[in-house]
Amino acid sequence: MKGVRRRYLALQLDCEGAVDSQEFMNAVWSAVLKLFGEYGASKTGLVLIDFDVERRFAIVRVANAAVDTVRAAIASITNIGNRQVAVHVVMVSGTLKALRRKMGNSF
Amino acid sequence: MRRIFADLHLCADLKNFQHVSRMVHKASMLGYRMVAVPLSTGFSEKELQPLRSVCSEANVDMALRVDLKPKTPKELLQDLRRLRRRFEIVAVSCNSKSVARQAAKDRRVDLLSFPSLDFRERFFDASEAELASNSLAFLEVDMKPLLVLEGPVKVRLLSSLRREVAIAKKADVPVVISSGVSDVMLLRKPREMAALALLFDLDEASSLRAVSENPLAIIKRNREKLGAGFVAPGIRVIRRGRDC
Repeated sequence: MKGVRRRYLALQLDCEGAVDSQEFMNAVWSAVLKLFGEYGASKTGLVLIDFDVERRFAIVRVANAAVDTVRAAIASITNIGNRQVAVHVVMVSGTLKALRRKMGNSF
Repeated sequence: MRRIFADLHLCADLKNFQHVSRMVHKASMLGYRMVAVPLSTGFSEKELQPLRSVCSEANVDMALRVDLKPKTPKELLQDLRRLRRRFEIVAVSCNSKSVARQAAKDRRVDLLSFPSLDFRERFFDASEAELASNSLAFLEVDMKPLLVLEGPVKVRLLSSLRREVAIAKKADVPVVISSGVSDVMLLRKPREMAALALLFDLDEASSLRAVSENPLAIIKRNREKLGAGFVAPGIRVIRRGRDC
């Protein structure tokens, strides 16, 4: 049986001050839940792969069919805690290796 | 061919040069190649100069936009007569049904926008769409309310937008997605804006058109019309002289 097709999203946080991975993932999950509910969230297969606090980069894995869903949810994040935040999708790739290669030295 | 993205509603404070500069540079960084900042109706070329220089510095094309908020259809007609030839984009905020109808049937109006929070004042129905389709007007959707609103108000807005976009699709009225933000942190990449449009059931191809081809079509059409040699759509003066 063919496995679930996945996509890796490289994300950049635009904010002042530091955000840790826990806070970041809470914000992403809460955005997904708020927009698409528990049923929609269950289809995203969202997992945090990597998080760089200093460079404010993150890599998440999602189900291929849910890329646009997650993209919309991520775009709707405006705050993490009391800080104003914007999270941008920098790149989307089918494999982690290709994503890291395309990102070059950024990650 | 690479898509060119446009944000036709960048609400920068023109009196604050730093704010304008931050907004335009951020838009450029996020991938927009065309922006429009709403100008006051009595703007002068001198006021416009800093904006032009910021845009050229950020490698972004700039379009002149005016937002009209008439109270009556008569006022709208007066504004259009006075301002149409000075601006590349004319957007009308439809606050009453009579204004909405007049704006939809006037070929000088480019964008129809509706107040986001007063749901009884969203007059984009089938008749409005029919008129807009005949006069080649576009429906503008600002993304700012989707980012800042929460709870039942946001749910109601999404529901209204879903209905309006479905009506627009049925009547062949193109949709333009704009940011409508005055805060740099609320600016989003064009593809993120397109993804947000999924929330009101705009399919992927249409939403990408709404941030690229549709806004650019307005600018192209109006720049051609405002050009010196324009006579009618498809007809322009190419040479003047005795032998013509």
